[in-house]
Amino acid sequence: MSAMSRKLVQTLAETISKQVEHFNKTEVECLIREFKVLLGEPGMGRAVNGLDRVKFRSILHNIFGMTDDMILDGVFRTFDKDNDSFVSMKEWIEGLSVFLRGTLDEKIKYCFHVYDLNNDNYISRDEMFHMLKNSLIRQPTEEDPDEGIKDLVEITLKKMDHDHDGRLSLADFEKAVREENLLLEAFGTCLPDMAVIINERFMRNMVTYISRSEGLNLTFYFPFFSEY
Amino acid sequence: MGVLLTKAAQWTTASSGTGKLEFTPMNEFLLKGILCFVEQFNFQHPQEAEHVFEEPLQWITTLVASDFKTDYDISGDVQSQEKDSEGHSLLQLSPPTVCVRSFSQLCKLVHLAGDKKLEEVRACLEENRDPLVKILGPFFANIMERGTVHTQDQAKDSEVKVRLFHLLQNMDKQLLANLLEEISEWLDPTSVKNEVELLKQFCTEGEKKVLKTVRYTSDYEFSNGCRAPLWRQLHGEICYLIIEPYDSEDFYITCSNAGVFLNGVGEQSGYDRTSDVYKDLVTLLKSRSPHFAENINNQVQWNIDRFTVINKKHPYRCPLLLQVVKSTLICSLLFSKDPARAMQVETFSESSSESEEEDEQLERRPENNIDLPAEYWQIQKLVKYLKGGDQTATVLTLCAMMDLNLMQETCQLAIRDVGGLEVLINLLDTDEVKCKIGSLKILRKISNNVQICRTTVEMGGLRCIVKILDSPVKELKALAAETIANIARFRRARRTVRQYDGIKKLVKLLDCVPNLTRLTADQEKDVDVARCGALALWSCSKSTKNKEAIRKAGGIPLLGRLLKSPHENMLIPVVGTLQECASEVSYRIAIQTEGMIKDLVKNLSSDNDELQMHCASAIFKCAEDQETRDLVRKYRGLQPLVLLLGKAENKQLLAAATGAIWKCSISMENVAKLQEYKALEILVGLLSDQPEEVLVNVVGALGEFAQIPANRATIRKYGGIKPLVNLLTGTNQALLVNVTKAVGACATDKDNMAFIDSLDGVRLVWSLLKNPSTDVQSSAAWALCPCIENAKDAGEMVRSLVGGLELIVNLLKSTNNEVLASICAAITKIAKDKENLAVLTDHGVVPLLARLTNTSDDRLRYNLAGAIGHCCMWGSNRVSFGDTGAVAPLVHYLKSKDSAVHKSTAMALYQLSKDPNNCITMHEKGVVKILKCNGQESHIHSHQWLNKYC
Repeated sequence: MSAMSRKLVQTLAETISKQVEHFNKTEVECLIREFKVLLGEPGMGRAVNGLDRVKFRSILHNIFGMTDDMILDGVFRTFDKDNDSFVSMKEWIEGLSVFLRGTLDEKIKYCFHVYDLNNDNYISRDEMFHMLKNSLIRQPTEEDPDEGIKDLVEITLKKMDHDHDGRLSLADFEKAVREENLLLEAFGTCLPDMAVIINERFMRNMVTYISRSEGLNLTFYFPFFSEY
Repeated sequence: MGVLLTKAAQWTTASSGTGKLEFTPMNEFLLKGILCFVEQFNFQHPQEAEHVFEEPLQWITTLVASDFKTDYDISGDVQSQEKDSEGHSLLQLSPPTVCVRSFSQLCKLVHLAGDKKLEEVRACLEENRDPLVKILGPFFANIMERGTVHTQDQAKDSEVKVRLFHLLQNMDKQLLANLLEEISEWLDPTSVKNEVELLKQFCTEGEKKVLKTVRYTSDYEFSNGCRAPLWRQLHGEICYLIIEPYDSEDFYITCSNAGVFLNGVGEQSGYDRTSDVYKDLVTLLKSRSPHFAENINNQVQWNIDRFTVINKKHPYRCPLLLQVVKSTLICSLLFSKDPARAMQVETFSESSSESEEEDEQLERRPENNIDLPAEYWQIQKLVKYLKGGDQTATVLTLCAMMDLNLMQETCQLAIRDVGGLEVLINLLDTDEVKCKIGSLKILRKISNNVQICRTTVEMGGLRCIVKILDSPVKELKALAAETIANIARFRRARRTVRQYDGIKKLVKLLDCVPNLTRLTADQEKDVDVARCGALALWSCSKSTKNKEAIRKAGGIPLLGRLLKSPHENMLIPVVGTLQECASEVSYRIAIQTEGMIKDLVKNLSSDNDELQMHCASAIFKCAEDQETRDLVRKYRGLQPLVLLLGKAENKQLLAAATGAIWKCSISMENVAKLQEYKALEILVGLLSDQPEEVLVNVVGALGEFAQIPANRATIRKYGGIKPLVNLLTGTNQALLVNVTKAVGACATDKDNMAFIDSLDGVRLVWSLLKNPSTDVQSSAAWALCPCIENAKDAGEMVRSLVGGLELIVNLLKSTNNEVLASICAAITKIAKDKENLAVLTDHGVVPLLARLTNTSDDRLRYNLAGAIGHCCMWGSNRVSFGDTGAVAPLVHYLKSKDSAVHKSTAMALYQLSKDPNNCITMHEKGVVKILKCNGQESHIHSHQWLNKYC
């Protein structure tokens, strides 16, 4: 990496670290470098604005073992704040700040946004059904194989819909999660999981990653490591 | 009569021709019925009474010739004047046998028999097992047995015979009907019927069929709802079933009011019982058919629906149906809290009034009956989702489950019974942290039910939970420890924790910094984990081996560190564990050396009763040790302990506080200090209206306080003597030991003694020598010593106790050294009165004392030598001691290391030496040499007699 670009990166990191919570300047610097690696070599032709949906998905899949495409779409939508179908460097770092180190408040908002598939600020029955539709083993004996899912949606609504309007607002969601933290990822895994972070593949990724960037704060992708 | 007697009546051994009628209420009832029929026969049916039996009824009677009056020819064999057409007497008595050939004679006979008439009827029936054949001939008897009448055949016989036949048949039916009426009060076919209906549904409905077929052996149902033949109903049998299961031979089942059981029909061996009696069909099937047992739980939900439906359809049948459901499936779920009632249902023996009462209850709370099953439905559904859900659905379902009332037993058992417990435990074995958290959050709550705990352990759940203690996720560790705290309430669970290395893991959880003023969020989590760990250790520490394991795992210093925590919720489990473990000497030493007494004392002043109680209790257990007692004083623990006595309404706290005061007061410095806080006055006030565990400690403390002379008077001044003497009549052995000790200590004061004597206290203490506990015996004997010593007219007082001296002498046969020592001490005091010594001698005290001389127990030696010395003072006792070989061992006592023993032995030898033969023995044993070696002043007497006799 040339001295010139290093200088650029440092300046950029300084700017971003002032705007984004939870990461210090060094960490942002590393993230910027890593983003460039993730982005791959610039194409022959036009410059790339950021990570597209496919690339984003595969990164999350590879690093964090997240597999549910529908949820990954939601995560992408949440990361992609300006809605241009690309996750820019800044969006990536901002997203990761919540993703890896977010407070409960931030995570609640983040998860709610992921689950609000149509962006109308409510999680509706249909959205829940959509997200949960593969969560139960269907029993062929039953007349209506979706009955279990529908019931699960109703059970969830009963528990979380505090204003009884048949859908979840952010306020409903927040209240429910504060009462029972387990409900944070109620409709699918959209945050990195301890178990996955520890898993071997990720460690391998980290090793290659560390080898590429010196001086990286090791607790970087280990938001829960402080618990050890 | 025929049917009844051959089938209904209860015969002893039916095999032999002449069985006896058992003396049962039912037979009594039948006999009375028959007697009544016979008695009135002449009057009601004069024509039929004339009819001559086909064959005579013959039996051995108690009547003798003199019983027969007019109408009888009593020259030789008694013969009735009434004769049949051929001139034979209708009654003939050739003692002891009597032959009767008509009802008119039968009737007269029972009238003549007076109060023996019932016995006559009994004897008649016992010896004529087929009365109908004899009365009417085999043809009619057959008809009657079959219960049908062929009128065409009647022409053959006389009209009278037919009428008689009808009469007998009616009587038979009438009697049966009466009996049934009686029986129907305790025979309830409805319950069985409903259960059968439910089972029949199991053959066709539900997720999985559990049985092939269920059918009755008979389609005919009697008016009372039973299907068993009438005469079997009299045995309490209701109906017979053939149930065809999927996995074995058909079951031939008898349903009776005592329960259901397999009968021998399938094996061609009649209706005899061939299995255990089960309380209902479902239980029988569960134990006999694995397939049924496996699948029946799946039917529970369906059954509840059914129950609800039936409930709505037939509001008035509700109680009965409820009973069925109760006794079959959800009994254990719904009503397990009320086993008494469940029991009644099982035996179908509810009296009518009780069922009415239940009716009312049910009507008053109709909603409950529909609500409860709804919850089961809900639980079963949730468990289904848990089984078939991915991580997201599982977590959602677990959250929904948490909203149930998990502290309610019905819910807890429902979760278990629909297979939920198994799923929850399986979740603990997965890698999904969130599922594990959710599962533990539920287990933590439902494990407050002991049955759930047991099932969890049986399913291997505890092993999984112990494994989770190694998890890096703190929330999981805390939850796991908390659940262990709940489950480890019985021994097997505690052992399981230990076996899977759980104690070590739990001890590891204790490692945190509890007393920093400002904790980071992370440290706070550590503290919470430690708190949960302490809770779990507290539960586990109830097993001795676990106490040892905690110590070995290095738990004591960690507990000591947590003891400095400022938080009550941390301190309570920590002190709880410590006080539980303080039963072990290693812990008591550690508590002292690790400086925990200071913290325990500090927390005595906490404002939490429970914490105060555990602290006091820990001090109670530790203060047996001198140094610990001094430390309690040093850290100013005595005042807070006295203050705790003010909380008299909390008995557990009071027991712990008084216990601590008792043990602390073993040090006299502590007694002095306690006196500054007026402890004695308060303690005396606690002598009445307290539970025994408090009294034991209070009296124990008074015993210690009374070691100081001034306090003895104080106890009297505050009115403590009377309640103490009253406590001598109790039965609690620990209490009696302390009471006798306290009374003994008080009796060393002459004024107290007079008071005790006036309250008849000496007799009460003396009678405690009869207590089976050796502790009480010895303690009572010790208490007698000061009593005798300080009583005004001790000799007379002792004499007035009838049998007292014999009792004392007999206790010399005890095998307990402490008892022997105390009795010897008492004998020493008693023998000071010559008259009493004479009585003791008569009871054979000398050989008994002599027999004990071969002991090596210095305490016993000391008192024994004293007793021997004093007993020498009567008659030829000196010589007798010599003859029984007591002298030689006594000389040996002089080699003991205990100077008190030397002293009392020297006294005894001095007395013995007044007999020359004893002197010779002593000399042979080298007494001079030993005494000269010792050469102490205490042996001044010895020297005197040595000079005199040797």
